[in-house]
Amino acid sequence: MKDDQKGAPRTMPIQSATFSNPVNAEIRRAAATGIYDIRGGGAKRKLPHFDDLLFLGASISRYPLEGYRERCDTNVTLGTRFAKNPIQLDIPVTIAGMSFGALSGGAKEALGRGATMAGTSTTTGDGGMTEEERGHSNKLVYQYLPSRYGMNPDDLRRCDAIEIVVGQGAKPGGGGMLLGQKISDRVAEMRNLPKGIDQRSACRHPDWTGPDDLEIKILELREITNWEKPIYIKVGGARPYFDTTLAVKAGADVVVLDGMQGGTAATQDVFIEHVGQPILACIREAVRALQDLDMHREVQLVVSGGIRTGADVAKAMALGADAVAIGTAALIALGDNDPKWEAEYNALGTTAGAYDDWHEGQDPAGITTQDPELMKRFDPIEGGRRLNNYLKVMTLEAQTIARACGKNHLHNLEPEDLCAVTLEAAAMAKIPLAGTDWYPGKPGTSY
Amino acid sequence: MQTFDLEAQGLRALNSTLHAQADNTNQTHWEIVNPKGSHAIAVGLDAPIEVNIKGSTGYYCAGMNKQATVHVHGSVGPGTAENMMSGMVVVEGDASQYAGATGHGGTLVIKGNASSRCGISMKGIDIIVHGNIGHMSAFMAQSGNLVVCGDAGEALGDSLYEARLFVRGSVKSLGADCIEKEMRPEHIALLEELLERGGCDANASEFKRYGSARKLYNFNIDNAY
Repeated sequence: MKDDQKGAPRTMPIQSATFSNPVNAEIRRAAATGIYDIRGGGAKRKLPHFDDLLFLGASISRYPLEGYRERCDTNVTLGTRFAKNPIQLDIPVTIAGMSFGALSGGAKEALGRGATMAGTSTTTGDGGMTEEERGHSNKLVYQYLPSRYGMNPDDLRRCDAIEIVVGQGAKPGGGGMLLGQKISDRVAEMRNLPKGIDQRSACRHPDWTGPDDLEIKILELREITNWEKPIYIKVGGARPYFDTTLAVKAGADVVVLDGMQGGTAATQDVFIEHVGQPILACIREAVRALQDLDMHREVQLVVSGGIRTGADVAKAMALGADAVAIGTAALIALGDNDPKWEAEYNALGTTAGAYDDWHEGQDPAGITTQDPELMKRFDPIEGGRRLNNYLKVMTLEAQTIARACGKNHLHNLEPEDLCAVTLEAAAMAKIPLAGTDWYPGKPGTSY
Repeated sequence: MQTFDLEAQGLRALNSTLHAQADNTNQTHWEIVNPKGSHAIAVGLDAPIEVNIKGSTGYYCAGMNKQATVHVHGSVGPGTAENMMSGMVVVEGDASQYAGATGHGGTLVIKGNASSRCGISMKGIDIIVHGNIGHMSAFMAQSGNLVVCGDAGEALGDSLYEARLFVRGSVKSLGADCIEKEMRPEHIALLEELLERGGCDANASEFKRYGSARKLYNFNIDNAY
């Protein structure tokens, strides 16, 4: 670049890394509207993740299993501690809680269809249990949330497990919100509120306030359901060691741990991006808590938040999880953010892959909406087929890796099978940095 | 009359026995002795039976009740009649926190005082308190009626939706978006029916009605603190 008058070289314009174009755009948006940004999904920032871990594979010191023929089991049983009827799943990939209201009835049906075909469970969400999901889900986990929208003892008794939601990874410590655009007659009736108003979901439960209370709450739920149902406690990735310890103390059969990459239907962007920990940093601490209590594998650990592939499944299990849960990935499998709707995403001011205004109810894919015309675009049977395919592929990928590590069950994967390719991942996952036997904070080392 | 000794026979046996009662059971009257503050007594009932508890209870007595009438001849711990669907729960003494929390239906009568968060997030239940209620009562209350014959504590009806609140005595303070509303003839009639149902001889004309200003119903930056 040259000066027009004297021809001398001039300084190249440099965009600020601190005040980047997206940051400046958000400042301008906030200044114009006076309202913080609300969106769906999980953290979009780059975070240490499963991509920063690698499997070592077998070698002379480890004996692999034949990749296509030798047995490598994938089943998992959840709820073995106290429940009379633990949940038996064929694969360790479950469908996370997502509400009817946030999702259309057809989308809930598709999740049930796909999960059932794959031999796994799906989960209700805020807003109660719908007939679509109960009818199409062989194994259905019923969420017990602070709002208690739609909560009733009949549904408690016809579910297969109960998940007490203390928090979620996208917003640990925060409540939820379903904006009025998505409050149809049916959603309003299920939640016992007027149509069209913004519905808030409280950030804490209305009738218990701490782990001692929670223990009694669990007793009540077990008494109501004849001690049949496994009881999960779901926490956001905040203080995983202490939260897991307290959940076990309170009597959980299963701990569900959700990292900050886990999605939400709607909350403040500042909350999603700035509160909580990535799932990679949470798993080993939760496992440590279980081991300290001599409860690892007796209380099962389900982790979620950014699970995308069979490699992620295998890595989570190698770190000590018993199973994983997927939400965002399941929606993408159904057709969310598909480029075939690009023109309509553009009309909404976004692009395929970046669409996250799920709360506005204008989803071109007909998944995160209650608009009758948009919902017609989504075929729950085809959606279920796609989800089943995706779950199968994840399972096959995880098996491929497990066999390469010489494991005849996914549960046999272990931290020793992994190395880390970044210092951050090594520190968070307590996995040796590649090419070394060391990770930051390793006992017996000085740094 | 069936008598059940909770101390001798245990909670699990009690609740499973009560759960086994069908709509057409002829064992319609039950008496529970020696409750001794136990938690989760008579939870999840779903039959038109009457259960008399002779003494005070712990947490969540009569939680998620349907159809049954549960009468506590003592005081109750936190969360009594939580998420009740139908039926009736009567407490002769006082109630601790969260009485009637998230209740969807039925009637809860507390003849003594109720502590904080009475009727929190209520969704259709009717609650009649003969005495006073504590702070943050009817927080995010969605529907149903809360009648208080005595005084109400701080932040009554904070973030209220469509529940109706009737208070005879003083209100220490109203919560966000809760306002006093006109007591019209239909409200007097409703209140008289509630007072009669709750076994209370208070005069409906002595009460004030509180409800939602509905200013928090849709997000508005001017509502933010």
